[in-house]
Amino acid sequence: MADERFDVVVVGAGPAGAAAALTAARGGLKVALIERGEYPGAKNTFGGVLYRKQIEQLIPEFWKSAPLERTVVEQRLWLLAKESAVTVSYRDDRFNDPPNCWTGQRSKFDQWFAAQAEAAGAVPIYETAVTDAIIEDGRVVGVVTDRDDGELRANLVIIADGVNSLLGKRLRAHREWKPDQVSLAVKEVIALPREKIQDRFNLDKSEGCTIELVGETMGMAGLGFLYTNTDTLSLGVGVMVSDLKRLRVKPYEVLNGLKQHPMIQRLIEGGEVKEYAGHLIPEGGYTAMPSLSGDGWMICGDAAQMVNAVHREGTNLAVESGRLAGETAVAVHEREDFSSAGLQRYTDAVRKSIIHKDLKKYKGLHGLLSFPESEKLFGQLPQAVNDALFEFLSVDGEPKRDKQKQAFRKLEGVAGGRMDLVRMALKGWRAMNG
Amino acid sequence: MHIVVCIKQVPDSKEIKIDPKTNTLMRQGVPAVVNYYDMHGVEEALRIKDKYGARVTVITMGPPSADKALKQCISLGADEGVLVSDRAFAGADTLATSYVLASAIYKAADTWGPVDMIFAGKQTSDGDTGQVGPGIACRIDYEQLTYVQQIEDINPDTGELIVHRHLEDGVERVKTRTPVLITVVTELNTPRRASLPGMLRAARYTPIVWTTNDFEELDRSKIGLRGSPTIVSKTWVPEPKHVSTDMLTGTGNEVAATLVENLFGTELKHSLGWA
Ligand SMILES: Cc1cc2nc3c(=O)[nH]c(=O)nc-3n(C[C@H](O)[C@H](O)[C@H](O)COP(=O)(O)OP(=O)(O)OC[C@H]3O[C@@H](n4cnc5c(N)ncnc54)[C@H](O)[C@@H]3O)c2cc1C
Ligand SMILES: Cc1cc2nc3c(=O)[nH]c(=O)nc-3n(C[C@H](O)[C@H](O)[C@H](O)COP(=O)(O)OP(=O)(O)OC[C@H]3O[C@@H](n4cnc5c(N)ncnc54)[C@H](O)[C@@H]3O)c2cc1C
Repeated sequence: MADERFDVVVVGAGPAGAAAALTAARGGLKVALIERGEYPGAKNTFGGVLYRKQIEQLIPEFWKSAPLERTVVEQRLWLLAKESAVTVSYRDDRFNDPPNCWTGQRSKFDQWFAAQAEAAGAVPIYETAVTDAIIEDGRVVGVVTDRDDGELRANLVIIADGVNSLLGKRLRAHREWKPDQVSLAVKEVIALPREKIQDRFNLDKSEGCTIELVGETMGMAGLGFLYTNTDTLSLGVGVMVSDLKRLRVKPYEVLNGLKQHPMIQRLIEGGEVKEYAGHLIPEGGYTAMPSLSGDGWMICGDAAQMVNAVHREGTNLAVESGRLAGETAVAVHEREDFSSAGLQRYTDAVRKSIIHKDLKKYKGLHGLLSFPESEKLFGQLPQAVNDALFEFLSVDGEPKRDKQKQAFRKLEGVAGGRMDLVRMALKGWRAMNG
Repeated sequence: MHIVVCIKQVPDSKEIKIDPKTNTLMRQGVPAVVNYYDMHGVEEALRIKDKYGARVTVITMGPPSADKALKQCISLGADEGVLVSDRAFAGADTLATSYVLASAIYKAADTWGPVDMIFAGKQTSDGDTGQVGPGIACRIDYEQLTYVQQIEDINPDTGELIVHRHLEDGVERVKTRTPVLITVVTELNTPRRASLPGMLRAARYTPIVWTTNDFEELDRSKIGLRGSPTIVSKTWVPEPKHVSTDMLTGTGNEVAATLVENLFGTELKHSLGWA
């Protein structure tokens, strides 16, 4: 055992852990930040888009020094069918200044973010995995690591070890996630000359664009994405684990399918795959969130299912929860109350925050992600919308009134009838609005 | 006992790429690791420390980012890490490198006491010359034991030690006395993993930095590019030799006959009297 005692041990140096360590260290606490990767971010992956608001609260104007890829000025949504796509997009120069969000690479960003916590005084302990919690009299009083003399004692443990959260399970904050509470994502980073990226995506030097892809996931609940980095593209897809299990499909098969799509193929053509990664995404949302604190511990970020899948927001909620946990640590330190009653303050703070508000809004969504609802939404519907538009836009001598009817019939076909179409729309609306 | 270990940061050979146009190493963006052999030197020094008690000083000459390598050695149990770093040292070949390292070892002796043993790797994975260890030994006039695969015995009182040297055609058992410089091969030991207290110490440790100003009697003509007479006139990848292969087919006897005929130009069946 290390003789030294810490005020706070933070487990995991992703966005949640780094934010917690930074906040607690700034508050004058003695903080250890433990990360199993060779360095923070070494093995971490995401889409990914990083948002300004929550990080800015900790580090004003961080974008002037942080390693970011492109400033996202345009966001596109593609509804894919086999050889076609319905596209919607929004582009606005106002997204440039102040920037709203950026594309990023976790291997660089996490390292930078954790370095800010180190600079504030958090003691980095990397290449070290936490294997267990030390529990005495029902209270968490430290962690066990995979190193010799590997116990580290602290008044508080902040759990930020990501979606697979070993400690979360150990403390029974939650059980193993169910297959319909997580999706499995795979992603390729594809190198392309930056001029090519700018040409193909209609971008300026530092500008970026994101494309979310719905459809062509073999009827499974899932979303694809194609994001522009400085001189690479991130192409990936995440699919509900329950669907992958049901159809016995491997996620990379879905990704390979997407790569063949004519619209995507021409965007990635000539690129060289540089990296390949897979990762789980929490999808359970509001109803799957575990208890957030107990005697001597708090849990943040992915470990607590804090992901807004509709808006692919996860890092920002992780940072927000990390900050709230860090602030709570500072507050309870003053009163020397590390009990679950004292730490209820963190749970309350999360409840009042954007995390709870946004996840609550989409709490019905989870119901649409399971079969057979999912097959309609992610398989038949995108196809039908494409077919409907094909009908509607083909100039073939048929009167427009008939065309419109045919187009509508395609959509009704998916729902099962006109009334069912209305019902489906209503259900979707409710799911998106709490 | 005072032990100095020389370590060098090298590009991670798992991640290395060769520029197809110039045939040179592309160093940019490649993560750096401690030269593989050198970690075995660190380990051996620490084993001696654990057994007999010793002060272990780790020295590297390199850019500021090499402090990471020194912190790694601190996490394992080294006492101090010294980064010899200055723009004036850049561009050194093995002659200049061993000159500066020898100077640093003198300075380490002045600072922490006479140096009894020096460990260096057999060679590096990037420069690959194997000259730096012996170069240091010559300059400071220490006995040198190269390719050491085992330290059989050390007597900390008399300084006597017995080592096994890994030679091409066998193992040489040598007895000598400190001070010595030892270059190590990987068979010597298995490097340890840092303990948690070691990690904590390393996290807070700031390596000592010595620049040209920290050396009193440094001959400026012997350091950096100026002190490096080595000229790289050309680097290339040797052409693989093309050897043609004939597959012989047929029964065993036929194949044997053809083989002998091809090799010796004689017909097998006559000489062996086969039908
Ligand atoms: C394919 C994909 C695309 C995504 N796209 C986006 C996006 O575009 N925008 C967005 O905001 N979010 C996105 N997300 C979600 C986002 O990545 C997560 O919500 C976010 O990373 C959560 O941060 P965290 O700190 O809670 O967990 P993580 O980032 O997972 O960090 C956990 C850390 O803990 C470490 N760790 C784990 N176990 C241990 C242990 N036992 N001991 C020590 N250390 C340990 C890990 O190595 C890791 O560094 C995406 C996720 C995926 C998978
Ligand atoms: C033909 C040739 C071309 C080269 N070209 C370049 C070039 O273009 N760019 C460039 O940067 N370098 C170049 N070098 C490399 C540079 O000269 C050597 O890296 C350096 O002098 C050390 O030699 P080495 O790597 O062969 O070490 P070796 O002699 O193989 O090392 C043996 C041991 O000496 C010790 N040691 C070696 N170097 C150090 C050090 N710096 N600090 C502490 N201990 C050390 C270590 O214990 C190591 O295991 C070149 C070398 C050669 C021979």
